[in-house]
This record gives sequence, structure tokens and C-alpha cells, in this order.
Amino acid sequence: MIGTGFIYTVAGVTFLIFAALGARGPGTAKFGAAAFYGLIALSFLAGDRLGDLGNGILVLGLVAIAGSGAMKRGTHATTSNDARAVEADRRGNALFLPALVIPAVALIGTFAFKHSPALIDARQTTLVALTLGAIAALAVCYAWLRPRAAVPFDEGRRLMDGIGWAAVLPQMLASLGAVFALAGVGGVVGAAIGGVIPQGSVLGAVLAYALGMALFTMVMGNAFAAFPVMVAAVGIPLLVRSYGVEPAIVAALGMLAGFCGTLMTPMAANFNLVPAALLELRDRNAVIKAQVPTALPLLAFNTLLLYYLAMTR
Amino acid sequence: MLVLAGIAVLVAGLVLRFNPLLVVAASALATGLAAGLDPLAILAAFGKAFNDSRYVTVIYIVLPIIGLLERYGLQQRARDLIARLRGATVGRLLLAYLVLRQLTSALGLTSIAGHAQTVRPLVAPMAEAAADAQAPGRDQGDDAIRAMAAATDNIGLFFGEDIFIAIGSILLMKGVLEGYGILVEPLALSVWAIPTAIAALVIHGTRLILFDRRFARRTPR
Repeated sequence: MIGTGFIYTVAGVTFLIFAALGARGPGTAKFGAAAFYGLIALSFLAGDRLGDLGNGILVLGLVAIAGSGAMKRGTHATTSNDARAVEADRRGNALFLPALVIPAVALIGTFAFKHSPALIDARQTTLVALTLGAIAALAVCYAWLRPRAAVPFDEGRRLMDGIGWAAVLPQMLASLGAVFALAGVGGVVGAAIGGVIPQGSVLGAVLAYALGMALFTMVMGNAFAAFPVMVAAVGIPLLVRSYGVEPAIVAALGMLAGFCGTLMTPMAANFNLVPAALLELRDRNAVIKAQVPTALPLLAFNTLLLYYLAMTR
Repeated sequence: MLVLAGIAVLVAGLVLRFNPLLVVAASALATGLAAGLDPLAILAAFGKAFNDSRYVTVIYIVLPIIGLLERYGLQQRARDLIARLRGATVGRLLLAYLVLRQLTSALGLTSIAGHAQTVRPLVAPMAEAAADAQAPGRDQGDDAIRAMAAATDNIGLFFGEDIFIAIGSILLMKGVLEGYGILVEPLALSVWAIPTAIAALVIHGTRLILFDRRFARRTPR
């Protein structure tokens, strides 16, 4: 069955090539990034065989490389803007086609794979489709543009070097969430938030629940981690059981309040910090700053909607 | 309350601008020790979760294609296309992308677009080309347009995907509620995502239209 094994092999090989290409060239500065990509490749290719402690040590290696400032940008021989403009004029709008192969295959795959659960792991259809889309697009590029074999990976490494250590920050934060869960952080936070609600106040419960979801999501970087905590502390005991609000409403609006929090935190690295690196923004928090003026009114809307539905149940 | 020490470490470390990977590792250690866990047990728990969440890092497999197409002038072509389109403005372009991103996400097609797949190679250069047409003398070092393009992708994704009944967040909500003996249909959850989705479109859409004024005002007459 095609599932995570296939996806992680493709990702592992990609990072292995980034590492090998990064280790070429003059100077010693390049080895930091090469070792970093090598460890990510090892994680993708052999993570399931390393054991929990082995994976922990692998993470320490990543942290040591990033924390010591050893990840310098490698040297990149790419084309100038003028050369690119000439190429662009020569190839015209056909240049969009390979870029559109990825979403097209992802789109078709997502629908088609639902009907072949024996062949494709049903939980991984979108990732399998995305991976196949990337492979198909790369094949189209090789056949049409005829670059030397290493060129796509050299260009990919150029973008990867721009992202740098931020590439594994989302995984690190997910793991921190697991340690928080193990240590019972959620229960403590939930009890603290639950404790500040005035007795019998519907508005107090709604505010604590919706704002608590947003705030705790900002701390955890992920609404999924905050949701069970806030549901246990406020959502179920007060909103559902005491005030009779429909559980589906409490759950859906609580999760969306959490998403407003996701827009406002550097902890949601894959949505907020990685794009800042990918788009070469000078301010690491520029994406968050662009989102706050949407997130705050939306959080207010969400909170008021929940209050209105709680009062008119 | 002692387990909250990890959150304090996290906030202090990020404020003091230490490397975030280092800060996260320190926070995990502080949290685990405060909860009385063995350091090796903390490391193992961290390693297991890291291994279980590898799927978030898979997206970088698209970088070789995007990088190669950039070498052959994809961003220049995206700019040209918009420059020739009459009436294209930053605000209208990003508003169209917002609607498209919300609609496709609502159908469960969350990975057909994203920062690596569409924003860097297509949406951001197109938005900048539209701004150049609106205000030819604009500050070329201004990152605001690219930041707004990334923000628009996130907002479209977040407030579209929850309408799809088989997305992770809906399944999580259903699972958590079941733990309390409450059975809900995924459809009931996704229906209640619609009002907020509309509000997100109105709020962010209004901001995008207002964003145009920044460039309109600077046009030399």
C-alpha cells in the first residue's frame, strides 16, 4: 500500500541530495547546512528504526547545528534576472504548465484515490497525491527544459537554504506540544482559565472559552493542542452542561477562535515564519503583522456569535 | 503551576531572540523537569513526537521544481501576465486568490495551493507586478505586498478548510466530543464554520480593497 513509506522516501532522498550538493564547493561554512539536511534525510529514511531515544538524539543534533549558528547560506550559481527575462520570453506562458502539474495531480489524486483504498492509504491521500504531483512536475521539467541532472536540486537547495533551520521548527513545536501534554500543562492552564470565570456568567464563560482558545493556541502554535484543554475546562462543563449550548456550535466556534490565534503567533512556524523566509521578507514577523488586523475582528465576530447563540438557545 | 515554567522559558527565549530551535528544546526540558520527568524520558517523548510529525516537512519536495522554474523565468512571466492585464490591482488580485483558496479548501483541496506551491512562484510576483502598474514609483524594497500575499493564503486556508467534513480539525472535534459521550455529525460541525468563513471573507476582503489605496495615492499624476 502506498502511504507514508513512499512519501517519506521521496522526501528523504530529496534532502539527501540537498545535503550532498551542499557539501560540494569551496570553504567549510557549507558543512553546517549539509549536516542539517543530512539529519533530516536520516529522519525521513530511517526515523521508524531509530527508536524514540534515537530520534531524540537526532533532534539534539539539529538543535546543536542551528543553535551554534553553523547554518550559513551556501554558494548558489543561479541565473540573473536579465537571463531569466530572456528565458521567460522565449518559453512564454507554457512556463506555468509544470507549476500547475503539482496542483492538478494533487487535485485529481485526492478524488481518484478515495476509490482505491487498497492501493493508497486512505489517511494519506492528499500527501500521496502531492508527492506524485511533484514527481510528475519534475519529470515534465526534465523532459522539456532539459537541465543537467543536478540543476533542479541546486535550485531547490537555494530556496531551502533561505528557509534554513525554520524548516524543522513546525516539527519541533509539535514535539514540544507532546511534552506539554505529558507534563499536564493543559490541565493547569485550563484550571487557571476556568477559575477566573464569575459564577453564573454566560458572557464570562464565552469570553474565557473563545479568548482562552486563541491565547492558548498562540502559546502552543496549534489550535489542535488547545482544543481538548479548553473544551475540558470551559466548553463542556459550562457552555454545554450548565448553559445548554449545542455541542457542535461550541466545538466549531471554539476551533475557529483558535485559528484566529494561529494567525497571530510565531509558534505557528509553518504558516507564519516559513513563508517569511520563503518570500525573503526582512522582518521575520511581517506575515503575522499583516494578519493581526484580520485576526482580531474575526475573533471578536466569533466570540459575539457564540455569545448570541448561547443567549438565544 | 510549576509546569508553566516551560512557557516562561519559551516566551523569554523568543523575546531575547535566541535561536528558536534552541528555545523550544530548552522549554521542553524545563517543562519535563518541572513535571518530575526523567531527562531521558523527556528526550524520548520529544523524539517520538518529532518522528510522528514528519509529514509537515514533506512540502519541501516541491522546491526543486519551483527553483528550476524560477531559473527559467517563472516569476518574470507571472509579472508579465499581470502587467498586461487591464484593471488588475493588488487588492483585486489577492481578493480573487482569497476566494479561490477558501472555496478549494472548503472542498478539501488544501494542498493544491500554499506558500511554496503558489505564493512564492505565482501570487507574490503577480501582486507586485500589479502594484508596479498602479504606482510605478513605489518603494521596491517594500515587503508589505509579499507579506499580504502570504497572509491571504493562510486566511483563505484556515477559514475554508473547516467547512470540509473530512478535514483533521473536524475529526478531532468529533473525537474529543465523543470522549464526553456526545455524538455529533461532521456536517453539523462544518455548517457552523460557514458564518465565520463569510466574516473572514468580508473582513480580509475589505482590508485588501483598502490595501489598494496605498498604491493609488502614490501614483504620480
